[in-house]
Formats: sequence, structure tokens, C-alpha cells
Amino acid sequence: MKASTAERWLSLFILPSLNLLTAFFFTALILIITNVDPIEAAKYMVQGAFGSQEGWGYTLYYTTNFIFTGLAVAIAFHAGLFNIGGEGQAYIGGLGVTLVALGLSPYLPALIVIPLSILAGALFGAAWAAIPGYLQAYRDSHIVITTIMFNFIAASLMVYLLVNVFAVPGEMTPASRSFPDEIKLWQWHEFVGFFGLSFDSSPLNISLLLALLCCYGVWFLLWKTRWGYEIRTVGANPEAAIYAGINPRKIWMLSMLLGGALAGLVSVNELLGVQHRLVLGFNAGYGFAGIAVALMGRNHPIGIMLAALLFGALYQGGAELAFEMPNVTRDMVIVIQGLIILFSGAMEFMYRPLVRRVLWRWVREGV
Amino acid sequence: MNEILTFITLALDATLRVATPLILAALAGLFSERSGIVDIGLEGKMLVGAFAAAAVSYWTGSAWLGLGAAILASIAFALLHGLACITYQGNQVVSGVAINILASGLTTILGLAWFHQGGSTPPLVGAQRFGEITLPAAEASKSIPILGDFYANVLSGHNILVYIALLLVPFCAWVLYKTRFGLRIRAVGENPKAVDTAGVSVTFLRYRAVIIAGVLCGIAGAYLSTAQNAQFIRDMTAGQGFMALAALIFAKWRPWPILAAALLFGFLDALAIRMQGVSLPLIGQVPVQLIESLPYILTVVLLAGFIGKALPPKALGLPYLKEQR
Repeated sequence: MKASTAERWLSLFILPSLNLLTAFFFTALILIITNVDPIEAAKYMVQGAFGSQEGWGYTLYYTTNFIFTGLAVAIAFHAGLFNIGGEGQAYIGGLGVTLVALGLSPYLPALIVIPLSILAGALFGAAWAAIPGYLQAYRDSHIVITTIMFNFIAASLMVYLLVNVFAVPGEMTPASRSFPDEIKLWQWHEFVGFFGLSFDSSPLNISLLLALLCCYGVWFLLWKTRWGYEIRTVGANPEAAIYAGINPRKIWMLSMLLGGALAGLVSVNELLGVQHRLVLGFNAGYGFAGIAVALMGRNHPIGIMLAALLFGALYQGGAELAFEMPNVTRDMVIVIQGLIILFSGAMEFMYRPLVRRVLWRWVREGV
Repeated sequence: MNEILTFITLALDATLRVATPLILAALAGLFSERSGIVDIGLEGKMLVGAFAAAAVSYWTGSAWLGLGAAILASIAFALLHGLACITYQGNQVVSGVAINILASGLTTILGLAWFHQGGSTPPLVGAQRFGEITLPAAEASKSIPILGDFYANVLSGHNILVYIALLLVPFCAWVLYKTRFGLRIRAVGENPKAVDTAGVSVTFLRYRAVIIAGVLCGIAGAYLSTAQNAQFIRDMTAGQGFMALAALIFAKWRPWPILAAALLFGFLDALAIRMQGVSLPLIGQVPVQLIESLPYILTVVLLAGFIGKALPPKALGLPYLKEQR
């Protein structure tokens, strides 16, 4: 094995696996503390996530959201920015989707309203990311802090709008009125039914295709276009980028706008695909999970797809687990998520010296 | 006139109550960030503190033991943060995010396993909580207009943690600006290389700063569950850690302004509760959500340099590598 190949394997496969195993190990410990058999729990989770078509449907429906927020974090990461505002960007994206879906549907056919609505979700998400992006690029405020603050501002704004503007008179739940029947995305079982296939009913809808398309788009952008090259250059070394004639400020804006748009698309899956109305807190947790997805996926679209699938399975498996074992709740998944972020993000270098030493010995012996 | 005075008195009283955890957590962030370690995890450390305090004071019947447990639990999370950021030179923001998520999940899971009440602890009564303290001569001073009234109704009648938080402000200012330890903490956040060259361990200094942050977040958490409220409720910090972070930045990483910022944010919060459904002359009804998000908006405006300029410690967020030049 050549040294460079060994190094690649180390950072792309060995270390992430070790970090993930460590996270699972601590999860098992916590389960044991709470008197739950971790092996039985794992069985329920895998069975729940992949054991049936319905399970697969839910898993992939969650996966869709994680792909969007994972890409949102990753694209900013490539430009050297840390976008923890996915939560707020997804939420405000929902505002865009709802405004168009409810506002234009009386005047235009669904075939036009739906694409416009998707576009609005992306645009609103991008707009919400644009302000922290602008403040970072042109006013030297720190993106991490401003995006955190913008998550809270978005949450307050949406509560205000849902209670005072969108609320349906006479109803207690803070939600908008339902979208017209024709303003919804094809459910997966309807979609494959069109081709004569059958699939059990689940919240999975064709947003998954949109998410996969976004993966390809992000890959193409980052590695095949001039913009992508500039984004990666700025991320690697902003000062070198300046000497190369790249304007880092514009690149930061660009990557935040794209990230915000991607996060905004969560609302397409959630609102156009499943809820069919604007509901309070539909974004809950997806923005933060995106950080874990991007970290695990090494900021590469293929890695993000796999990590998103893992998280989708954890979410669906976790729901199933909570149903089968009354002592466990879905919060177990939040713990796993935290551990994954901790070990594959913050402590990613923990095993590196050790594993590298072992690996180098192999390389030298010419295995 | 009397009505306005009562309104102001009540609002100030509530301000102190709301500001206390903000003061404590922001002081925690002060030590951590002045030493160069970003602390997004204030929220998580407060939450584990709140949970540990409620659980232990329920089991032992002593709020003081609860406070001790809160401090220990919060220190444990602080050490985790230190391990990731100082020893393994990981990304400090990522570590903070992980700590917040971990704390949220872990407290709920353990709460459910131990108390079977949907993640809450049972209500605390009597000595399981920190009671109100009437300051000396509070009754007597009530008759003195304004000043006496302020003393009796605003300053008096809080629990001991409120007073501890208020006293910690001058104490922390003293430690940070008048002691050798404080000088080194400030130096290590600006230029760790210089501190290292002077023969002082950057690692040990930063670990101590992070542990102090743990202690203070623990007290803040214990305040939430055993003083302000009478039980732990899942995710009860509800963004107060981030509010404290905002206060820290708003105060430009300085102790006395932290007190002012926390009081301002506390006042806005108290105001938001009082303004619910109230219609003001000329303006009409002010959305509660707007008042609630003002601290965040103000912080963003400050960071954008529109009202003064907040300059963070120079080495904030950068892991220190001894070999690096």
C-alpha cells in the first residue's frame, strides 16, 4: 500500500468508523445505565428502520431532511465558514413555501405553484442566511454567533406569525390553514405506482429526488466549476485566495446563500411533502443534525448521503425503539447525535496518532 | 403614579430573578473565552447542572447538596469540552454544539429512567429548594419612599443564589484584573505563545478556566431547578445559555458590563411577560416575541459594529499547538 493511499483510507474510512464506534459504545453504556439491553435495542432500531417498506419510507423521509441540512453546513464549511443557522434557515424557508402555496394557488395552476413554492423556500432560506453572511463578509461579525442569534430570532418571528398572522380563527393549534389539495408533492407510493410498482404508504415523497439532485449539484459545483474552485480555495487559505485574485467576501456570501437555500429546502419535504400547512417547529433539530451529518460525511456529497441515511435510520429506528421499549424515548437518538458530533467532530484527532502509527508500520513493511 | 411605581418595582424584582442565571453563565463564559476557549456549551452545562441539582436535592432533601452535584456534573461536561478543545485540539464550536445536544438528550433519558415523569423530576419542597431571604431591616425601611421601597421590594426577598451571583461580579472582576492568575488567563486568550514562552503552561491555565466555567454554569443550573423553579423540566434552560453568551458578547467580554447586559436582558424578558396583551398609547400592542428577541437582535447589531465594536480575545477559538510557529 502506498503512503498516500494509506493516509486517504485513514481519514476517509478508518477514523470515521472508529469515531462512530466510540459514539455507539458510549450509547450502549448509557442504555445499560438506564437498564436497557443495548443489543436488543439495536435490533429494534435496525428492524424499525429497515425491516419493512414503511420503515424504509420513514427512514428515507428523514434522510431527505438530513441531506439538505448536511449539504447546507458542508458548503459553508468548504468556504471556511461554520453555518449553525440551518435551523432558522429551514424555518424561514417554510415561510416562503407557505406564502406562495397559500397566496398564489387561487390564481395559478398547481403545476406552476409547486415549483414556485419550492423556489420560494430556497430563496427565503437563502435570504435568512444572507444577513449573517453579509455581516461576516463585510462587517467582521462572527458567523457562528450571528447564525445562533438568527436561529432564535427566526423562532420568535415564526411564533409571532403563526399566532398573529397565519392562525386559523377558532383553532387552538398554532398552524396555518391547510394548503389546497392539489398543492402537495407526489408521495413516493404514488410516484412508483405511476411506473406500475408498489410501495407501502409513508411520508416519503419525491423531495428525496430533489435532495439527491442537490447532492449531485453540490458535487458538480464544488469540484467541477470555477465557483467551486474559488470556494475551496477561500476555505483552504483566504489570503492565498486574495493573491489568486479571488474576492473572499463574495465567496463567503455565495456559500452562505447556497447553504441557506439548501437548508430552506427542508421545508419543501416537510410542508409540501408531509404537513401540507405551516406548523410550529417543523424544523426542530434538523439544522443541528446537519452539523453531525456534514462532519460524518467529511463534507463530501457522497459521505453526506451515507451519513444522512445513518441519521434517517437512527431517527426512524429511535421512534420504533421508543414504541417497543417504554423505558426508552426518542431522546436516545439525540444522545447518539450528540456523541457522534463529539467524537467525529470535536475529537476527530483522538485516534489519529495511534492509528497512523499502526498504519505506517504496515506501509513500511509493504503490506 | 403609585401604579407606575408598583409596576417598576415588580418589573425590577422580576429582572433580578431572570438575570441571575444569565449573570452566572455569562461569567462562566467570560473565564472560558478570556482564556481562548469558545464556549457555545453554556446552555448544556447549565442544563446538566439543573438536572443534577434537582435529582440530588430530591434524593437527599438538601438544596446545598443539590448545588454541589450541579457543580460536579457541570464540571464533568466542562472537562469533556476541555479534553476535546485543549488536549485534542478539536473544533471548539463543534464541541460546544455536541455538549448542548448531549446534555439535552442525556438529562431527559436519565430523568425518565430515574423518575418516570416524562423527563421531569418530582416537585421539590421545603429544604430541597433555596428559600427567600429577607435582608436586615427590610420591613422597617418600607416606609422610606423610593429608596426604602426599592430595598425592601427589589433587593430583599430573593434566595441566596441571587446574592451570590451579584457578589460574584466584583469577585470575578477582581480575579481577572487584580490577580496573577487573572492576568495569565487574559494573556493566554490574547497570546498563548507569549505565556508559553514565559514558562507557564497554556494547557493547565485553559483547563482551570474551563473548570471555573463549569462551576459557574453549575450554580446557574442549580438556580434554575432548585431556586427559581421547584423541579427540573426537560430542556428547561430554553436558550438561556445562548442568552448568556449574547450578554457576554454584548458586554465585550468584561465583568461589570456583563452585570449590566444581564440586567438589561432580564429586564426585557420581565417586560415581555408584563406586556402580554397590553396596548401602549400611540404604538399599540407591541409583539411579545419582538421584545423577547431584542437581546439577540441587539447582539447582532453590536457585532456588526453599528453600536460600538466588540473585539473578542485574539486567540479565541484557536487551539494552541506548542510546535507551531
